[in-house]
Amino acid sequence: MIDVLLTPVALLGRAVISATRSTGRLVLFLFDGLSHILRPPFYWRMFAISFAEFAFFSLPMVALIGLFTGMVLALQSSTGLSRFNAEAEIANLVVISMTRELGPVLTAVMVAGRVGAATAAQIGTMRVTDQIDALSTLSTNPMKYLVAPRLLAGTIALPILVLVADILGVAGGYLVAVLKLGFTSEVYLKNTLDFMTTLDVVSGLVKGAVFGLLIALLGCYNGYRSRGGAEGVGAATTSAVVVASILIFFFDYIITELFFSR
Amino acid sequence: MSTSSQNSIPKIRVRGLRKSFADKMVLDGVDLDIAAGTSLVVIGGSGSGKSVLLKCILGLVHPDEGVIEIDGEDLLSQPRKQQEVIRGRIGMLFQNGALFDSLPVWENVAFGLLAENKLGRSAAHKFAREVLAHVGLAASVGDLFPAMLSGGMQKRVALARAVAANPEMLFFDEPTTGLDPIMGAVIDGLIVDCVQRLGSTAIAITHDMASAARIGTCAAMLHKGKIVWSGPADKLLSSGNPLVDQFTHGRREGPIQMELRR
Repeated sequence: MIDVLLTPVALLGRAVISATRSTGRLVLFLFDGLSHILRPPFYWRMFAISFAEFAFFSLPMVALIGLFTGMVLALQSSTGLSRFNAEAEIANLVVISMTRELGPVLTAVMVAGRVGAATAAQIGTMRVTDQIDALSTLSTNPMKYLVAPRLLAGTIALPILVLVADILGVAGGYLVAVLKLGFTSEVYLKNTLDFMTTLDVVSGLVKGAVFGLLIALLGCYNGYRSRGGAEGVGAATTSAVVVASILIFFFDYIITELFFSR
Repeated sequence: MSTSSQNSIPKIRVRGLRKSFADKMVLDGVDLDIAAGTSLVVIGGSGSGKSVLLKCILGLVHPDEGVIEIDGEDLLSQPRKQQEVIRGRIGMLFQNGALFDSLPVWENVAFGLLAENKLGRSAAHKFAREVLAHVGLAASVGDLFPAMLSGGMQKRVALARAVAANPEMLFFDEPTTGLDPIMGAVIDGLIVDCVQRLGSTAIAITHDMASAARIGTCAAMLHKGKIVWSGPADKLLSSGNPLVDQFTHGRREGPIQMELRR
């Protein structure tokens, strides 16, 4: 009888220990990776490649998502706001939604799917084919060569992508408002600039930097720890995207709380 | 078990090396002396701990217990930086080559020298072509990527990478696995050439008796985590040790029982 009652407690205990251990490993991995950014040598060439992967090759996808999100926001909000004769607030709603929330979150989730998965698969394949061991035998610290440049690249690239998504989101809202909803160009732009504050943009960029670090970290961590051939690499890739996506939404709330909670 | 002369300090000395993974003991007190300039071939069945032994000496796996000395210096008691310097004197040929598939062949070959900033990129490119010539590959191969090469060519490139920095010690993990007999003989010939040209001390692990006879000057057999026999390589086929005899002649019956599930 006592055993039956204790089984769920034991399962819960094991889950808590496992989660704590995983979190500890992840945090140690992060500090190790970050410390290699500060300690020379730093592999700038690897940084440039990773930065291009994060920023340049994600640009078309992020630009299109930003544009369409802004267009949909303007269209949806016009139907809602017209019930209260508050159509003038469309510009306000679009710019605040894009800069504070949708720009950073949508960009991060898309980049997690694209670059986070690719990072985990690439490093995971290197792990299971002994390429990471080979780095160690060639006087190269794998954390320094593979992880540190990616952490820095993700942290710098995401705010840039968020800014692009913000600008194109506002442009999308502008297009719908002017071409479809009958706003004049001057009024829409004036409303946008009047309502937008520096804090809106900065909070979004800070979110971008944190999300970029998370995506790079989860991609590297899962790839680095992958085991067991193709199946292990597949599991690492899935885990990198799923965990990064969950943490993006978790930290989104935390950062919003820090910036805007009263 | 000694493969060194009585009076000189062995190049590599291993004492009481133990390593287990979970509850499986892989190395159970390995003792080995390898004299400078000799080529030791380690034979043994799959899972007998041959690769783990090499990885312990290379620092890729941390042993649970034991002493590893290089030129009389206790490796494991050195600070991490010093361990890396000592291990920088070892070149390693991995079982599957472990070539960096995102880099062209020349950059793979010169990777260690580029990583340590010993050469600029154009000098490294030229140097890599010279090293490729030593393993019988045309200079034009340097500009290809590893995926474009056959298995035999990949092994040669991996050998070129292992010897590029003129290491004092060379480790070979099953160098002829997956190659046809002729290509296996070619690779063995290249290994012997490289070891003699550099005057290196070599350890090769293999299942291939023909390869063992070609590469080794001395040999040892690892069974259930222990060295059960060592002696001159040319005595492998007539050692008088029942374990070695069964293994080298590939007999089903004998003291080595394969764990087969029926």
